[in-house]
Amino acid sequence: MANETVKRETVLVIGSGPIIIGQAAEFDYAGTQACQALREEGKRVVLVNSNPATIMTDEGVADVTYIEPLTVPVLRRIIARERPDGLLATLGGQTGLNLAMELHEAGVLDEFNVKLLGTPLETIKNAEDRELFKQMLLALGVSVPPSQTTTSVSDALAFAETIGYPVVVRPAFTLGGSGGGVARSPGELERIAERGIGASPIHQILVEQYLGGWKEIEYEVIRDAADNCITVCNMENFDPLGVHTGDSIVVAPSQTLSDHDYQLLRTVALRIIRALGVEGGCNIQFALDPHSDLFYVIEVNPRVSRSSALASKATGYPIARVAAKIAIGKRLDEIRNAVTGKTVAAFEPALDYVVVKIPRWPFDKFPLADRALGTQMKATGEVMAIDRTFEAALQKAMRGLELRASALVAPPADEVDPDHEYPANDVRLWRLLDALRVDDADGMIEGLHADTGIDRWFLHKLRAIVRMERHLREASLTPALLRRAKQMGFSDQQIAQLAPSQEGGEDSIRALRQAWKIMPTYKMVDTCAAEFEAVTPYYYSTWEQENEAEPLAGERAVVLGSGPIRIGQGIEFDYCSVRAAQAMRAAGVRSIMVNSNPETVSTDFDISDRLYFESLDAESVRNILENETQGTLPGVVTQFGGQTAIGLAAPLAAAGAPLLGTSVRAIDVAEDRRQFDALLERLGISRPKGAAVRTVAEAIAAADRIGFPVLVRPSYVLGGRAMEIIRDRQALRRYVTRVVAQFGEHPVLIDRYLTGREVEVDVLCDGDDVLIPGILEHIERAGVHSGDSYAVYPPRSLTRDETLTVARYSREIALALGVRGLMNAQLVVTDGPRDNVHVIEVNPRASRTVPFLSKVTGVPMVDLATGIILGKSLAEQGYSGYPDGLWPEQPLVAVKGPVFSMAKLVGAEMALGPEMKSTGEVMGIDHAYAPALAKALIAAGLQPPARGSAAFVSIADRDKAEALPILEAMAATGFTFYATPGTARMLQDHGIDATVAQRISNEDTTILSLIRTHTVSLVLNTITGGTGREREGIELLDGFKIRRAAVETGIPCLTSLDTARALVEAMAHGGEYDVRPIGEYRRG
Amino acid sequence: MRHEQLVAVLTLEDGTMFTGRPFGAVERLMDGRRGEVVFATSMTGYQEICTDPSYRGQMVVLTYPLIGNYGVSAEFAESRRPWLSALIVREACDDYSNWRATESLDDYLAGQGIPGLCEIDTRALTRHLRDRGTLRGVLRAFPADAPVEAAALIAEAQQVAWVTALDVVEEVSRRGPEAWSAPGVPASAPRVVVVDTGAKNHIAVCLAERGLAVTLAPHDVSMAWLRKMDPSGVLLANGPGDPEQVHSVIALTRELLATDIPIMGICLGHQMLALAIGARTVRLSFGHHGANHPVRDERTGRVTVTSQNHNFAVVPESIPAASGFAVSHVNLSDQSVEGMAHVSRPIFSVQYHPEAAPGPEDNRYLFDEFATMVRAYHARRRMPAALVG
Ligand SMILES: Nc1ncnc2c1ncn2[C@@H]1O[C@H](COP(=O)(O)OP(=O)(O)O)[C@@H](O)[C@H]1O
Ligand SMILES: Nc1ncnc2c1ncn2[C@@H]1O[C@H](COP(=O)(O)OP(=O)(O)O)[C@@H](O)[C@H]1O
Ligand SMILES: [Mg+2]
Ligand SMILES: [Mg+2]
Repeated sequence: MANETVKRETVLVIGSGPIIIGQAAEFDYAGTQACQALREEGKRVVLVNSNPATIMTDEGVADVTYIEPLTVPVLRRIIARERPDGLLATLGGQTGLNLAMELHEAGVLDEFNVKLLGTPLETIKNAEDRELFKQMLLALGVSVPPSQTTTSVSDALAFAETIGYPVVVRPAFTLGGSGGGVARSPGELERIAERGIGASPIHQILVEQYLGGWKEIEYEVIRDAADNCITVCNMENFDPLGVHTGDSIVVAPSQTLSDHDYQLLRTVALRIIRALGVEGGCNIQFALDPHSDLFYVIEVNPRVSRSSALASKATGYPIARVAAKIAIGKRLDEIRNAVTGKTVAAFEPALDYVVVKIPRWPFDKFPLADRALGTQMKATGEVMAIDRTFEAALQKAMRGLELRASALVAPPADEVDPDHEYPANDVRLWRLLDALRVDDADGMIEGLHADTGIDRWFLHKLRAIVRMERHLREASLTPALLRRAKQMGFSDQQIAQLAPSQEGGEDSIRALRQAWKIMPTYKMVDTCAAEFEAVTPYYYSTWEQENEAEPLAGERAVVLGSGPIRIGQGIEFDYCSVRAAQAMRAAGVRSIMVNSNPETVSTDFDISDRLYFESLDAESVRNILENETQGTLPGVVTQFGGQTAIGLAAPLAAAGAPLLGTSVRAIDVAEDRRQFDALLERLGISRPKGAAVRTVAEAIAAADRIGFPVLVRPSYVLGGRAMEIIRDRQALRRYVTRVVAQFGEHPVLIDRYLTGREVEVDVLCDGDDVLIPGILEHIERAGVHSGDSYAVYPPRSLTRDETLTVARYSREIALALGVRGLMNAQLVVTDGPRDNVHVIEVNPRASRTVPFLSKVTGVPMVDLATGIILGKSLAEQGYSGYPDGLWPEQPLVAVKGPVFSMAKLVGAEMALGPEMKSTGEVMGIDHAYAPALAKALIAAGLQPPARGSAAFVSIADRDKAEALPILEAMAATGFTFYATPGTARMLQDHGIDATVAQRISNEDTTILSLIRTHTVSLVLNTITGGTGREREGIELLDGFKIRRAAVETGIPCLTSLDTARALVEAMAHGGEYDVRPIGEYRRG
Repeated sequence: MRHEQLVAVLTLEDGTMFTGRPFGAVERLMDGRRGEVVFATSMTGYQEICTDPSYRGQMVVLTYPLIGNYGVSAEFAESRRPWLSALIVREACDDYSNWRATESLDDYLAGQGIPGLCEIDTRALTRHLRDRGTLRGVLRAFPADAPVEAAALIAEAQQVAWVTALDVVEEVSRRGPEAWSAPGVPASAPRVVVVDTGAKNHIAVCLAERGLAVTLAPHDVSMAWLRKMDPSGVLLANGPGDPEQVHSVIALTRELLATDIPIMGICLGHQMLALAIGARTVRLSFGHHGANHPVRDERTGRVTVTSQNHNFAVVPESIPAASGFAVSHVNLSDQSVEGMAHVSRPIFSVQYHPEAAPGPEDNRYLFDEFATMVRAYHARRRMPAALVG
C-alpha cells in the first residue's frame, strides 16, 4: 500500500451571497481568483455561497462546492463535515466578514479548531467597529473629525447639538453606506440614527461632522504577515465627499494630488494598515481638504472590496489572488507577478493611462425613487474605461453605460438651470456638460466648482469636451481635427452628429477615418508602464501611434460580454460569457473577450486568450474585429452577453461581421412582434391576444375585444419597462393618455393578461436537434416578472401533458427559428383541460436562468451552446437522443429565490409586478420541495418568522377570498394579526382575531409605528391598483408608505399571495433541511 | 512665430522619430536640444523630477500621460533650478488645479529655459527605449509646414555626447559650502556634511528633521576642509553621470574611509563609495527611473518600495571580500545591487532614494539609522579622552 500522502490542508471560502446594491459581481471575481490561487498552492478548497449565478460556484472552481444559505447553522454543518483547517472570509464581502465574526462568536471556529486565515478577527473588529477604529487612529496620532460613536438616538441628538448640523451617520459593520445618511436637522437625525442603529449588526453608529466638499481619495493596500506593505493604486473621486465612493465617478490614479499629497496619504495608509495588522488586501478612504494638508481617515475596509476589483482591473494587479496567497502565509516577495511573469507581487503598479469608472444606477426601473446621491449607495453596477486622456476615458465610460445611443451629444441647451444648482444625482455629469455648453467661461467653472465641490481640474476637462463639440460643429473636418476628436473619445456617431457636412452618419466618418488612416491602436495594461515586457493579453483602445495588439493567430472568435450590471441584466450573463470563453479555449479556438465591467470574472485577464476592455458599442466592436483581422474578420458570438450583446448583432452583421450562432434573421423574428406572431400562428402555438394602438379610443376598443385585465407597455422600451397590468377602462384611459403624451408616435402594446402559472425553459438547439435541460415553474403567478419570482425545478404542478406541450412548443420554435445555441422561452399555463399553454416571450439568447439550470441539472449548457456555435452538433457532443428532447429530471428540488435591494432605493415602489426589480438571486436545493423552499427563503433573507409572531395584513378586495386560506394557515401556525379595517373584518368574520390598525391617512400613524417598532415581523400587502404609477388614490398612497416602512425597517414585506402561501408552507414544514455539496443532490 | 505653428521633432540615434508639439522654453528648440533619452515611471512628482540634478544631460520621458495637473509650487523644487535637457510628455496640462500651485508647468519651464515635447505616443517611445536601451537624441522645433531633414537630424543625434563623457557633476554642484537652514536645529547639534554632487534638497530636509545640522559642500571639497568642519557624519549624495568620472569625490571617500566618521551614500554616492573600496560599476541598459521598485533588505528580509533614478549599478561580485562591505539590499525586479553596508563600521549606502520626493517614503528609516550612527560618533568624540576606548 502506498504511503499515506500528506493530508492536503482544507480551506473554507465564504462567498458573498446574492447580488445586492453594494455587494455585486466583484466578489465572484475575488472569490474565483482566491479559489484558483489556493488550489495552486495545493490546498483543498471548500466553497460556500448561496448565489448560483456565479462562476465561483461552478463545479471545478473549488474542490467542493456548497450552494447553501449563508447562516451560522448551515456553516456549522459544513464545517463539521468538511473539517477545514482554515477559513478565508475576507474575500466574501461584508457578508463573508460578518459571518466569520458570527461563527467565531458562536464558538464554532474554536469548537472545530478552524483557524481564521489572513486578517485576524481582532483587526476586523478594530477596523469595522467605528469606536475602536477611532481610538486606534487617535493612538497613532492621526486626527479624526469631531465624532462620537453611540448606540442610542438620544446620544446622537445630544452630540449633534454640540458640533452643529449637518452631521453624517455611519453604521458599523455595514457596507454600501447601508442605513447611513446625512442629517441636516434633529428631525432627520432622529430618523437616520434609528435606521442606522437598526442596520448595524452591533447596533452602533458613528455621528460625525459633515465634510461635504472635501476630496475623497482611496488607497488599495496589501500587507503580508511579515509586515511588508504596498499600495496597489490610489483613486480620486470626481464627486467630493458626501457621495458614496460606490456612487461616485472615480478616477485612477489620482489626478489633482501632488507627489507630496500622494505620499502624505500613502504613508499614513501604510501606518494604519500596519497598526491594524491586516493580512491581505484592504481599502482605506481619506477625506482631504482641498485647501490645505489637513486630512481625515474615513474608514478602512479590512477585506477586498468593490474598490479592490476596480483597482485590480485598473492596474492589472490581481489583488484577490495575492490576498488569498498571503492568507495562507506567503510573503509579497514570494508571489510572482502574473502579469509580467518575471517580477514579484511586492511592487506598486505604474499606470500610463487614465481610468474612469462611472456607476450605473437603477432609476430607469424606479421612476419614483429619489435620485439624490448621498452616503448610501444606490448603484447596481459600474463601467470602467481606460484611455490615454481623461476626456476619452470619461466619454468611453459614458457610452459604456448604454443609456442612450450616443451618451454625450446633446443639443446646446438654451439656458442654464436658473437655480444654478447641481445636486449630486445620476444626471449631474450631463447637466454639468449642458451648463458648459451654454457658457464655458472661467466664471462658469468657478460657479460650478462652488456649487458642487468638484475639482476645477475635472470641470476644465468637461469644458475641453464641450469645446471640441463646438469645434466639430463649426470647423470643417480635417485629419488633424478628426484625430484630436478621436483622442478625446468622440465616437464616429457623435462626430457625425456634430460635424455639419456629415450626412452619411457614423459610416461616413468611419470611411473618412480609413481614408485618412486614423485608426485605433491598442495598448497593453501591463502594471509597469512598459518598463518590463509583459505577457498579459489585456488591452484598451486609444488613438496613438503604436498598436501593440497584433491579430491573434489561428482560429479565434470574439465573445461579447454584458456591460454594467443592472436590474434585468446581472451577473448571470457574465457567467455565460466566461463559460463561453473557456469552452472555446478548451475547443482549441482562441477566445477574445470584450467587456466594460470592472467587477466581473469575464474581465479577469486570464479568462480569455485576449481581453479588450472596451465599451460594448458597435463602433468599438467593429474596431476590435478589424484589429483582429487576418484575411477574414473573426466571428462574433452575441448570445451570451444579455440584451447588450444581442442588440449588437444587427449592426455588426450589417457592417459585414460574421456572426456565430443564431442568425440575425432569427433574432429579428423572435424580437419583432409581428413576425413572431406570424411564426406562432404558422406553428399553431397559442399566444396572448394583443394589439398595438396609438390612441385612447383604439386602446379601449382593443381591450374590449381582448378582454380585461390587459398587460400594457409602450412599444419603444424593451425589457419590460413601464409595463403594467390594467384591470379596467378608466385605468387604461389614464395609462394610454400618459404614455402617448410621453412617447408620441410609438404605439402602445396591449396584451391579454393571462392568469396562470408561468414557466420558463432554456433550450439548446443545433438546428436539427434540441435539448431541454430543464423547466422552471414560478411560484408567483404570471404577472410577476420572471426575474422576481420564486421558481422551482422541476415544475411542481404541470401535468405530464403540459410538460410535453411546453417541451414541444419550445422545440418547434427553436427549430423554426433555426436557433444555434441557446434560446429561452417563457410560457403561461392557464387553467383548462386543453390548449392551455401559451407562449409569452422568446429570447434567442442565453437567459438569466442558464447558470441556475446548469448547476441543478448538471448539463454544461454554455459549453454545449459554444460547441454548437463552433459547429458541433448536440449528437457530436454526446447530448442527443433524449425522449422529447428533455434531459432526465434530477432527483432533487431546487428553488430560485429573488433578492431585492429596496431599502437602499428611497422612494422606490417595491410591490411585485411585470417589471423586474430584484438585483440578485439565491438557490435553495434539497431532496424535497419544502426544505428547498425553506432554504431559498432563508438565503433570500426571508427567515420564516418565529411562532407566535405578529403580522400586519392589508389585502385588496379582489384578493380577499383567495387570501383567507393562507391567513387561516398562518393563524394555525400561531400568527396574530393586525389588519386594515376591511381585512380585519374578513378575518373576524372567519373567527380569526385581528386588531384593527388605523389607516395612515386617518392622520394617525398607527400602522407605520407597528412596523417601525417591530411589533409586527411580517407585512402582507396586496396592491389595489396599478403598480405604483397610478397613485392618485389615498388608499394607494397608504399602501406605498406601508411597504416602504417595512422595507426600511427590514421587515419582510410580501405583495403576492403566492409568495405568502409558499412562506406558510415552508413554516409548516418545520425547518429540517439537508446540507451537502451541490453535486451530491443530483446523485439522489 | 507662435507656438501653435511649430512642431517639435525628437530624433533618436537609431533613426526613430517622434513628432509632437513643443512647450516650455520653445525658443530653445529652434537650434535643438541634445541629450540621452530616458524614461521615468513615477505617476506624480514631475516638478521634483525636473529639478533633480541627477537628470542633467538627459531628456526625460514621463510615462504617465497627464502631466502638469497640479501645477508647480516653489515648495516642490528639489534644487535651485530644473536640470534636464527636455521634458517629454503625452499631454501637458495648462488648466492645473491644486491649492499650492502658483503657475503652470508650461510657464515654469518656459521661465526656466527648459523646453518640452508633448502630444507624442510616449508609451511607444518608452517601449522603444526599453528594448533598445537608453538612446541619444535631438529635439528640435520646426515651422509646421517646413520640411524636416531626417538624415541630418539622425546624424546629429549620433553626435550627441553621452552623459558619461560630460562633467555633469561640476555643472550641478554648488560653488561654495552652504549651511542648510533649519530653524529648529541648534548650531551645537551633530553636523553632517553632504557632498553635493547634485544633491536633492530632501536629503538635507531628512537629516535636519532628525535634529542634525547640515552643511552642503561642493563636490570638490578637500579633506583638509572637511577636517576643519569636524563633521560627525558625511553623506555622499546623488548626482548625474558616470560615477567613475567623479575622481575628486572618489579620492575624498578613500580618505574618509581611513577615518572613523560615519558615511552614508545615496545613488551616485553609493556608486562612488563602491568605487572607492575597489568595486566596479556598470551602466544599465535603460536604468531605473521610477517610484515603484521593490527592494529587499537582505539583513531583515523586509521589502520596501523605493524611489529610483540611476543609470549605473554596482557589480556585486566586484565588492572586494577584504573591504568589509557586503550587499545589504537587492532589487527584486532585476536582482541588481541596491545597497551595501560595512559589517562593523558605521558606513552604508543605497542605490535608491530614501529621501523620496518624488516617491514612497518607506525608506526614511535609513536616515534614522544614519542619525543614530552620527549621534553615537558625536557623543564619543565629545567624551573625555580617557573614557574613549
Ligand atoms: N464625515 C463625512 N462627511 C461627509 N461625507 C462622509 C463623511 N464620512 C463619510 N462620508 C461619505 O459617506 C460614504 C460612505 O461612508 P463609509 O463609512 O465609507 O461607508 P461604507 O462602509 O458603507 O463604505 C463615503 O464614501 C463618503 O463619501
Ligand atoms: N400576456 C401575459 N399574461 C400574463 N403575464 C404576462 C404576460 N406577458 C408578460 N407577462 C408577465 O410579465 C413578465 C415580463 O414580461 P416579459 O415579456 O417577459 O418582459 P421582459 O422582456 O422584461 O422579460 C413576465 O415574466 C410575466 O410574468
Ligand atoms: Mg465599509
Ligand atoms: Mg466606504
